[in-house]
Amino acid sequence: MKILIPIKRVNDYNVKVRPNQANTDVDLSNVKMAMNPFCEIAVEEAIRLKEAGKADEIVVVTIGDDKHQEQLRTALALGADRALLVKTDTTLQPLDVAKTLTKVFEKEAADLVIMGKVGIDGDHNQTGQMFAALTNLPQATFASEVEIDGNNVQVTREIDGGLETLTAEMPAVITTDLRLNEPRYASLPNIMKAKRKPLEELSLEELGVVVETKVNTLKVESPPERQEGVKVETVDQLVDKLRNEAKVI
Amino acid sequence: MKTLVIAEHNSENLSAATLSVIDAAKKLGRDIDLLVANNSCSSVLDEAKSVEGVSSVLDFSHEKFANEIAEDIAACVVSVKDDYDFFLTSSSTSGKNNLPRVAALLNIQQISEVTEILDEKTFKKPIYAGSCIATVQSTQEKNALTIRTTSFEKANAAGGSAEVITKDVPETESRKSGFVKNELTVSDRPELTSADIVVSGGRGMQNGENFALLEAVATKLNAAVGASRAAVDSGFVPNDYQVGQTGKSVAPNLYIAVGISGAIQHLAGMKDSKTIVAINKDEEAPIFKVADYGLVADLFEALPDLESKL
Repeated sequence: MKILIPIKRVNDYNVKVRPNQANTDVDLSNVKMAMNPFCEIAVEEAIRLKEAGKADEIVVVTIGDDKHQEQLRTALALGADRALLVKTDTTLQPLDVAKTLTKVFEKEAADLVIMGKVGIDGDHNQTGQMFAALTNLPQATFASEVEIDGNNVQVTREIDGGLETLTAEMPAVITTDLRLNEPRYASLPNIMKAKRKPLEELSLEELGVVVETKVNTLKVESPPERQEGVKVETVDQLVDKLRNEAKVI
Repeated sequence: MKTLVIAEHNSENLSAATLSVIDAAKKLGRDIDLLVANNSCSSVLDEAKSVEGVSSVLDFSHEKFANEIAEDIAACVVSVKDDYDFFLTSSSTSGKNNLPRVAALLNIQQISEVTEILDEKTFKKPIYAGSCIATVQSTQEKNALTIRTTSFEKANAAGGSAEVITKDVPETESRKSGFVKNELTVSDRPELTSADIVVSGGRGMQNGENFALLEAVATKLNAAVGASRAAVDSGFVPNDYQVGQTGKSVAPNLYIAVGISGAIQHLAGMKDSKTIVAINKDEEAPIFKVADYGLVADLFEALPDLESKL
């Protein structure tokens, strides 16, 4: 079984991202970049399936400029077998990412696609579902448990009220939630070994993807700052404020 | 052209989130139809047609809708696509699961987590977990929006008299997924993302057993219980309690943060709450910077005290 893992390069999740001075975009000029945390979980899940003898090959793919090789090498160091970089300087929106991944999927003929449920940058939470629609594959989003059973995959999903379990015929698309696993760290020998693993470059043109920007960003601002409130001395004062000032209880 | 709202329900009642989406839909100035995929749920249809502002209820009834599979919902929406230029649902896990599938089938770049509708093509939405607010403009004729319900009012549940139109449920020939089971959290408490009051605990709670102190306060306030990532990572409570950048976003009327230091990831998920209370023994904790009312105290004394006074 071959698993395809699309990953995304984003800001390190510990960094607070701010608008640029002109308020036209965010300022990422000195921000540390990393693999999106939900993509790390996707990579980890694929590695575990391979270690359990359920998968033979793990292919990671991302879309972006040369810097995106860093995140691909990280995935290779963690245990992916080979990497694909669809090279472009344009930032693609989720629908175009899904269209690009559809072409990669057709080329790779993977049996299972696992990807993060959301990028912590744009907060779209769209790409997995869109990719599933375009490839006409079943989708199991927000996974907290994945079990391969012959030609089917059983997925437990985190939904607002609790958990839901679905079964889907493979090939299928799974998007990962936090509870699925705890990703490992890459070991130094594996980081060295990853440098020799294959990393192939592709272009949007050769995949036949035409990028259309359908949504433009007009402005990026900081949210309204909250005023720091007051300190109360006792629980009684707190209850009084909540009842009579804020009127929320 | 009209606006189509995809309703959410639990087979008995229409969800409060759907009322907020209808409120948002009104700002687009079109007739609003409500799509209800259901398994002969007359009570849901009755509620749907009574919502003020709804013109027609599209009743897609089939036994397969005893549970919701995104592939099936998307097929229903696509079957009526020509009548609509807006497709709206909430940014619940259900809306997030369904709408991008619809959008891709209609070649629409969806706009997620809309918090403000400026005009019919221009919207505000948080990015980077709320660290920034983007104003985005669509160049598309048709648009798909998920609505962050905490940013809108709720449409009146009564006063409407929409026509219920029975629709044919499209076959999903290539449907390759099926429902196995639900394990819904059995709780008398309101759901975390839609609760009016949320009481959350952090690393300062020290262990899972101590969450009983929070639960007692939550019971008095009819509040939901949440947690910081630190508390979840330490195994005090399950991951679905998590409020923050990689967990749930909440914006209740009252958010009480107990033993939570206030890491960026946590603030991102709760700083839109109307009133914030912080209880922490460390007076330097960053949570106090966003709190309307701060109490520097040992939570093990403050929580029982608070519970007794509510």
